[in-house]
Amino acid sequence: MKIIRDRRIVDDDWNRVADDAALPSAGRIIVSWTRWQADRAALRARGSVGVSIPSTLDVAELKDDLAALALVAIPFSFIQPKPEGGRTFDGRAYSQARLLRERYGFAGEIRAAGDVFRDAMFYMQRCGVNAFELSPGHDLQDALKAFGDFSLGYQGAADDPTPIFRRRKA
Amino acid sequence: MYHYDNYDRQLVNERVAAFRDQTRRFLAGQLEPDAFRALRLRNGLYQQRFAPMLRISIPYGLLASKQLRMLAHIAREYDKDYGHFTTRQNIQFNWPQLEQVPDILEKLASVEMHGIQTSGNCVRNITTDHLAGVAKDELTDPRPYCEITRQWASFHPEFNFLPRKFKIAFSATEHERAALLTHDVGVRIVRNAAGETGYTMYVGGGLGRTPIIGQKVRDFLPEPDLLSYLEAILRVYNRLGRRDNIHKARIKILVKELGIARFTELVEAEWALIKEGLLKLRREDLEHFRKFFQPHAYDARAADDRGYAAQLAADPAFATWVKHNTWEHRVPGYRAVFVSLKPRGGTPGDCTSAQMDALADLADRHSFGEIRATHDQNLLFGDVKQAELHALWQALVPLQLATPNIGTLTDLICCPGLDFCSLANAGSIGIAQELSERYDDLDYLYDLGEIKIKMSGCMNGCGHHSVGHIGVLGVDKEGEEWYQITLGGSASNDATLGDRIGPAIARSNVVATIVKLIETFVEHRRGEESFVQTYRRVGLAPYKARVYGEKKEAVTA
Repeated sequence: MKIIRDRRIVDDDWNRVADDAALPSAGRIIVSWTRWQADRAALRARGSVGVSIPSTLDVAELKDDLAALALVAIPFSFIQPKPEGGRTFDGRAYSQARLLRERYGFAGEIRAAGDVFRDAMFYMQRCGVNAFELSPGHDLQDALKAFGDFSLGYQGAADDPTPIFRRRKA
Repeated sequence: MYHYDNYDRQLVNERVAAFRDQTRRFLAGQLEPDAFRALRLRNGLYQQRFAPMLRISIPYGLLASKQLRMLAHIAREYDKDYGHFTTRQNIQFNWPQLEQVPDILEKLASVEMHGIQTSGNCVRNITTDHLAGVAKDELTDPRPYCEITRQWASFHPEFNFLPRKFKIAFSATEHERAALLTHDVGVRIVRNAAGETGYTMYVGGGLGRTPIIGQKVRDFLPEPDLLSYLEAILRVYNRLGRRDNIHKARIKILVKELGIARFTELVEAEWALIKEGLLKLRREDLEHFRKFFQPHAYDARAADDRGYAAQLAADPAFATWVKHNTWEHRVPGYRAVFVSLKPRGGTPGDCTSAQMDALADLADRHSFGEIRATHDQNLLFGDVKQAELHALWQALVPLQLATPNIGTLTDLICCPGLDFCSLANAGSIGIAQELSERYDDLDYLYDLGEIKIKMSGCMNGCGHHSVGHIGVLGVDKEGEEWYQITLGGSASNDATLGDRIGPAIARSNVVATIVKLIETFVEHRRGEESFVQTYRRVGLAPYKARVYGEKKEAVTA
């Protein structure tokens, strides 16, 4: 599978390991947050591990693990709230990404997974996401253009902490 | 007023280009419908009953004459020659074509306007007192704070996909006119005992299906901390707000479920971690924005004019209009002038392209080229010299824009209802028109005093029915339009939700019922009491009895 990482199209060199599957002895693996909690000591010792977290997780719970993690996968999704109407995009992971980068200083890969679409990528990268598993059907070459949607932002974020009002001459 | 610099211009132009490309990809089948829906909403584009509806942002209600002329042009070229001003100081067009929306947005960008974040689950247009900058009772002009907040909220990468929409209002007066307590966040600019400027912060107000009055989350927030505190509130909401049910997704439900004490604790804890960061406003940051809202070059001798008094004495119709449709200005010799968009038999808030063009010219001639949109779906000239009031009035009369009914029963607000909106259960415009025809005796209206009627065509409450002195809510009963009526609501300092008078009323009886409510008020009124004062004194019983009939006394043998 191809993904976008650091604004380039690359082969995905990580394998997702199911909760009930045996850990492969070598290679880069992504495990669920449940599995990480259950096998934390063994996984820390093994290295080359990433964790896939749920959107409900307060990433403060992850802060002592970050030094042992090379990747955190965060979930974006279209959800169908009750009672009816159109699907909405769940944006909790935008906060997770910013906190991982800005508050807890995570320097590894933050990967957007789930319903990742081209037009949501610009804000994702502003929040600190550097790798994107796009939904099926996306032209990755075209999706690279998302990084050029805007040439600046009003606010500080993970990509640049300086709000515009600090750049303006008073 | 605020003017774009290169940063603002570039961002808005890039947004237009992005939306043009998104529209092209959607029409070519290359962009999935869920994604396009989220994107078009964030540019103000709804899919409505008959055509898309485009909502255009008017930041804190302030328009330049050239912007109003552009809105007139859009009404003429892309719509059926009119626009509809909303209760959130925005304007909506009901008949644009999807394919043409990128062109409309490009034209708007040329006059520093856009539809960004006028819809969708994100931070919406920032609103404030329509008398900002000219009100006599104002602590400071709130608009620099609104603008700095507008910029912080625009394209915010973290808060573009919140659980639900998010509305922020500012006020800088003790008697507030911005309905702070019915907003997700209400910011009251205050001064503390030490004379320092800061903010009292309210959170969790909102109308709609579960109307709730906002609660105080912080008594005094120092001036430099505005944005960091807002960021803390939004982060708590983005992380913890419910997403399983759209009717439980506003921040008011989170505050209710956590309790204000726990919610405050979470916000304060988050804020403590970010308050010393780069969001902390420096003196020069605020100065930069204040520069755009300096007082106009007022004529220091404006009050010396003698003609005005003579005109008032000579022309009773003019005097009536001045009394009801103008407001005291902080500078002697000037008045703020309401332009009533509630003519007899009209649709509240509607304005034709010819009216917009004429108003733009009048703004240039009489009010420093600016005009404002109000929460009550009227327009306002902020700064008119008393010597020019008569000429302005004479120009407004033939335009049907001088109905002297501001603050009266027929100055009512209503949503587009079933006539346009795909969410509505019932019409509201028709009732508004009938009421304005039923109550066309101005002297009787003046005798009744201030009565705020607010009508919504569905539970979403765009017409703010829950806080109307008389609230009218359209409901669907087996395919028929019925109306639930409430009494005693208020959106002001004494913010209160109205009480239901009883079972819903059939469409054909709504106006007759309102007439009964007014008659009951007149019967019980003491002196110059307002409608809501009388209601609060005598309670629901006499109104209920009048509408539904007296309860028969139990007969005992």
